[in-house]
Amino acid sequence: MNPAGSLLEARALHKAYGPTPALDGADFAIHPGEVVAVMGPSGSGKSTLLHCLAGIIRPDSGTVRYGPHALTDLSDARCSALRRSDFGFVFQFGQLVPELTCLENVALPLRLNGTKRKEAERRARDWLTRLEVDDLAAKRPGDVSGGQGQRVAIARALVTTPRVIFADEPTGALDSLNGERVMGLLTEAARDTRAAVVLVTHEARVAAYADREVVVRDGIAREAVGAA
Amino acid sequence: MSIGHTLLGLLESGPRHGYDLKRAFDEHFGQDRPLHYGQVYSTMSRLLKNGLVEVDGVEAGAGPERKRYAITDAGITDVAQWLARPEKPEPYLQSTLYTKVVLALLTDRDAAELLDTQRAEHLRLMRGLTERKRTGDLADQLICDHALFHLEADLRWLELTAARLDKLAEAVGG
Amino acid sequence: MSTTTSTSGGGLRGWARDLGMGVRFAVGGGREGWIRTLLTALGVGLGVTLLLAASTIPAIQAHRTERRLAATPTEADGPLAPSASTLVVADLRTQFRDRPLTGRMLRPDGPAAPAPPGVAALPKPGEMVLSPALREFLAEPGNALLRQRLPFRDAGTIGPAGLAGPAELKYYLGSATLSTDNGGVRVAGFGAERKSEPLDPQLLMLVIVGCVVLLMPVAIFIATAVRFGGERRDRRLAALRLIGADARMARRTAAGEALFGAVCGVLVGAALFLVGRQFVGGITIWDTNAFPSDLTPNPLLAALIVLVVPLAAVVVTLLALRRVAIEPLGVVRSGAGRRRRLWWRLPFPLGGLALLLANGGTSGAQSVVNPFLIAGGATLFLLGVTLLLPWIVDAVVGLFRGGPVPWQLAVRRLQLSGGAAARAVSGITVAVAGAIALQLLFSAIQGDFMKITGQDSKRAQLEVSLPTHDVATIRKMTREYQRTPGVRGVIAAIDTTASRPGPLRKGEPFIPSTSVTVGDCASLSELAHTGPCKDGDVFIVRDHTGQVDDSYIRQTARPGAAVDFAWPDRTGQPPRPRLWTIPKDARAIESRPDPMGMPSFGLFATPGALDTALLDEPQARAMIKIDPRFPDAVEHARNTAARIDPLTSVHALQNMERDAQYASVRTGLLVASTATLALIAASMLVTMVEQLRERRRLLSVLVAFGTRRATLAWSVLWQTAVPVALGLVLSVAGGAGLGLALLRMAGKSTVDWSVIWPLVAAGSGLVLVVTLLSLPPLWRMMRPDGLRTE
Repeated sequence: MNPAGSLLEARALHKAYGPTPALDGADFAIHPGEVVAVMGPSGSGKSTLLHCLAGIIRPDSGTVRYGPHALTDLSDARCSALRRSDFGFVFQFGQLVPELTCLENVALPLRLNGTKRKEAERRARDWLTRLEVDDLAAKRPGDVSGGQGQRVAIARALVTTPRVIFADEPTGALDSLNGERVMGLLTEAARDTRAAVVLVTHEARVAAYADREVVVRDGIAREAVGAA
Repeated sequence: MSIGHTLLGLLESGPRHGYDLKRAFDEHFGQDRPLHYGQVYSTMSRLLKNGLVEVDGVEAGAGPERKRYAITDAGITDVAQWLARPEKPEPYLQSTLYTKVVLALLTDRDAAELLDTQRAEHLRLMRGLTERKRTGDLADQLICDHALFHLEADLRWLELTAARLDKLAEAVGG
Repeated sequence: MSTTTSTSGGGLRGWARDLGMGVRFAVGGGREGWIRTLLTALGVGLGVTLLLAASTIPAIQAHRTERRLAATPTEADGPLAPSASTLVVADLRTQFRDRPLTGRMLRPDGPAAPAPPGVAALPKPGEMVLSPALREFLAEPGNALLRQRLPFRDAGTIGPAGLAGPAELKYYLGSATLSTDNGGVRVAGFGAERKSEPLDPQLLMLVIVGCVVLLMPVAIFIATAVRFGGERRDRRLAALRLIGADARMARRTAAGEALFGAVCGVLVGAALFLVGRQFVGGITIWDTNAFPSDLTPNPLLAALIVLVVPLAAVVVTLLALRRVAIEPLGVVRSGAGRRRRLWWRLPFPLGGLALLLANGGTSGAQSVVNPFLIAGGATLFLLGVTLLLPWIVDAVVGLFRGGPVPWQLAVRRLQLSGGAAARAVSGITVAVAGAIALQLLFSAIQGDFMKITGQDSKRAQLEVSLPTHDVATIRKMTREYQRTPGVRGVIAAIDTTASRPGPLRKGEPFIPSTSVTVGDCASLSELAHTGPCKDGDVFIVRDHTGQVDDSYIRQTARPGAAVDFAWPDRTGQPPRPRLWTIPKDARAIESRPDPMGMPSFGLFATPGALDTALLDEPQARAMIKIDPRFPDAVEHARNTAARIDPLTSVHALQNMERDAQYASVRTGLLVASTATLALIAASMLVTMVEQLRERRRLLSVLVAFGTRRATLAWSVLWQTAVPVALGLVLSVAGGAGLGLALLRMAGKSTVDWSVIWPLVAAGSGLVLVVTLLSLPPLWRMMRPDGLRTE
């Protein structure tokens, strides 16, 4: 781990839900363009770490630094603004707004950022094309398959050209073939845009798409032994 | 893998020289380990002896490598039988890793670290295979996937063992 | 349709089993199940309470009428001879501020005279027996003026048997002087025959439409309450399918759940009703109130409610699930794909209108109100409006494109499930449309009435009768009023008739006559444009309006001609002439409507010109001007009237009571519609919170994206506002349509559109309230907890 020059860095994160600690002094760092897998058994605090890193929840103690900002000190509104402009998200399921068409779903982050509808939808269409699902533009999420939906979600995460993409079990609900395809597209697109990817997964084959892995066990994140 | 059956199978599409056979084998199956000429030569003589192939002709200039082989009816039957016979699944009951873990526990060494190191090593190999898969063709992908799934199975075992180290320590330590 | 007896089979047994399973779900569904059952029971309970209350109206009316009739003196066919068991009675009508008092003066002819119901013994002269409400009212510190008006000794209480309702202000006054000569009627006892007077057709129409308008939203609310928590229930049903139930069984199980909630609701409603009716004595609506024991639901209607509400719950649930396919792995709503059709919806409102118009007008004297036509028409029309709403929401929302993100989110949601939104607001539509229609009708009838009276309350505020024919007494009374505190002036005039002396001439059907008015210059100037006037002047007031036959005035009241004041007496004998010559300088002037709006014509004379002793049977009227800044000036004047003679009638100009009544009707409607809106707001809120809970994960994802809270709050607002706005527009249109149809029937054309605004304001308030109350749950759902995988 080389914190110097890192894009996003967390130190000594503690977070407890009730009496059970989810994070117990976790450290983490990621560099621009790097894909880092966060692994660990279920309930080990992987998702909590991701949420803290993305500024979605505030740790009980510890700091998260993103570039010059200390996320842990920012107001909720500033954090939200940062998430809109600099971060992208892919979740396991249920993330597309069911009423909006796929195109509108992809355009949504841009529109939340203030981009005009026409321009947002034009860029959204580019990303749908790039993820080979442009034929779904007019369909609603309820009418597409799981793998297609995940591709739309990835397009949505990438449409703002974020600097960090947070992916929480992005292939968790997919069969291996679709999962592989989605991972290939995600890492490829991230490499092209020099986005860092924080990839939470419990699947080794998914983690193998990362440049390195971090194992969370009992609320503590460990750099894999012997890794560079 | 039975090289004899593989070569026989390659001959089914038509007679070939020994050199052609090696090239065809390498192209399809030899990504990691190319065949030596010697292996082709010794295998073909065994097949000749058993009547599964015959020499179709010899090019001028003599030398064993100039022979052209063709498959016999008995050979075709043999290939068919081989393909139809299911392979015996690997039981994986003798595991070096298991031995290492138990020894580490018996000698009061850190078995968890051993497992973590092994896990990192597995993942490093998996990353490499994933990268090769990304750049390779379909054959590459299938071959890498085969390996990846096996490695993943190992990794799962590593995870499971790591989660049960305490119990295992009790069981072996008494 | 099949006779199989498989596990999924139909038949009564299958029904019972599946309904029972639903009941078990409702009871044993854990906290979730209980909350759902509780919500349904509360919602249905509120509705049932209202329905039960409405079902008591016939009983209340019947009981009140019964007691009122029992206390009414029995009319005799002919003059009754005084005997030991007769008595003389007279009605005393008065009013204190805005509370009407009913009194009756009694004088027994002998010891055996019967007492009215609820009264133990007849009051002695100077004593009164009174209702408990009146005793309380008299004791109130602010009512000293009324105590002055009723200074009689309290000799007892009128029991409930003698009162229409517990709040009635009623008293019986004993008298020693009342006779048939001074205003009394001799009767043999109390208790009048029920005369089946047909209700005024317009009033009947109002009552019928009112019932329809107020009860339909209740029905819709009950239908909505039955569906509370439906989405969560559907998921439970899906689980049921997973373990092998077929679609029909799942549906029936859902129906069973709803049935249980509805039955609980009926129990809750009955309990609320029983508790509520103990407090009913304190409530007075439109001068009507009732004893708790009067609130007996009509047994037929009550049985109908108890049966129909649970049945309706089952039917509504089955209908609601018609478009929902409950699959083992989840619930598929097939509504989105199908377009709503207009063709079968449109005939409902049109048919309703046709039925209403088929009834014909209600303004004529012989007009007939067919309650079935009107109730059916109004119901059909309002039902039609409700049915139109989903189509309109679909059609309009389908037109929306683009817009800012919150708008887009809301509109898309509505496009996908506009039916649910339309259902939620359909209650509003009916309530508001009905209220608008009723108010339009009320305001038109009211406006009409004001036009006819034309009373000018700026010129005088009270009209009093002066129960005497003696000119000296009239003068004395006038002076008494003038001395009353708060009275600024008295317009008093003595009226009689004068005819042309001599026999009938050829071709005359009867002798020409004219009215004669005697008063001072100030009073006369209120009745005609006298111009300069001094005591001793005489005027001839001609009619140019055509209201009376001017030729009679011309033939009788000619300057220099003689007139005869004599009045043929009851025996038919020609009376002794009382001749008077009209002065030659009598001026012809124009009439002017008096403060009551009535024009006067004929001979006008000042007291200096005409000796009032000549007049035969003169009558007097007085109009009193009071100082508006003087507190209770009207009550002071009424006290004077009561002091002069308890039988004096005092009439307030300016429709004071009628204005108040109209206002109370309007307020009542507004309150009822607002209550309906509140009920609907509650159900919208429940639906909204349920929907938010359903979308907890999605909301968390949107927050992860960095979506602003305001964006989502606005989206919730739009999601409520768009259907409500459409509902309001439709209800204004529908209400105006229904209102105009009713107006047409009533033969009215004036329309007071201002009745619409308070309802529109109430609707907007509802949107705001629902949105505001949705925000705390929204913030809660936006927490990142929703991201954690289950």
